Amino acid sequence: MPRLMGVDIPGRKRVEYALRYIHGIGPKRASAVVEQCKVDPAKKADDLTPDEIRHIVAFIQDTYRVEGDLRREVSQNIRRLISIGSYRGMRHKRGLPVRGQRTRTNARTRKGGKKTVGAVRDRGERAAIKAKV
Amino acid sequence: MARSIKKGFYVEESLLEKVEKMNASGKKQPIKTWSRRSMILPDFVGHTFAIHNGKQHMPIFITENMVGHRLGEFAPTRTFRQHGVHTDKAVAK
Repeated sequence: MPRLMGVDIPGRKRVEYALRYIHGIGPKRASAVVEQCKVDPAKKADDLTPDEIRHIVAFIQDTYRVEGDLRREVSQNIRRLISIGSYRGMRHKRGLPVRGQRTRTNARTRKGGKKTVGAVRDRGERAAIKAKV
Repeated sequence: MARSIKKGFYVEESLLEKVEKMNASGKKQPIKTWSRRSMILPDFVGHTFAIHNGKQHMPIFITENMVGHRLGEFAPTRTFRQHGVHTDKAVAK
């Protein structure tokens, strides 16, 4: 199993697919990488020569932001939105959809599993329930 | 979808005028505005805008990070009240 970009170990797949296991590389970039590095996309990732691997790694490193760097950038952008007190930041903070989707129903990806809310009259009781969730 | 770059940024003319006047005179005073759709320009940094949220004008101090956003993004129009209370109307936050 070849190692690319640190942690990533794409398996016994064609190079064009194996590359997509890298965070930040999808179908489009994978095919671009293969093309730019002149590697046969049908080749299995295991069969890459060390030279080819070096080539691919070098190309990815100075063309794209991937893995840790990309994750850091994304979370930094979110932190910025929160710190300036924008609406989008608020939505991130609350774990609700950011782009104006409905929340009356659905939005389960952002909100997580269903939590049934009943009417609780007592303030203390309510706080206890909140703490549990 | 984002606004076409070809068109450039959008700022309410009257608002821009006010800011320019303030920059020229060096005065700093909250600028009351209803124009939530105006984009924040670098010129706006350091000013305080009283942005209308539909009910009141929320004072918002503009920092460098806010450039490129719209004024309305910083004055929420909805208040979330807690779920599950039927007796007293408790104000959340």
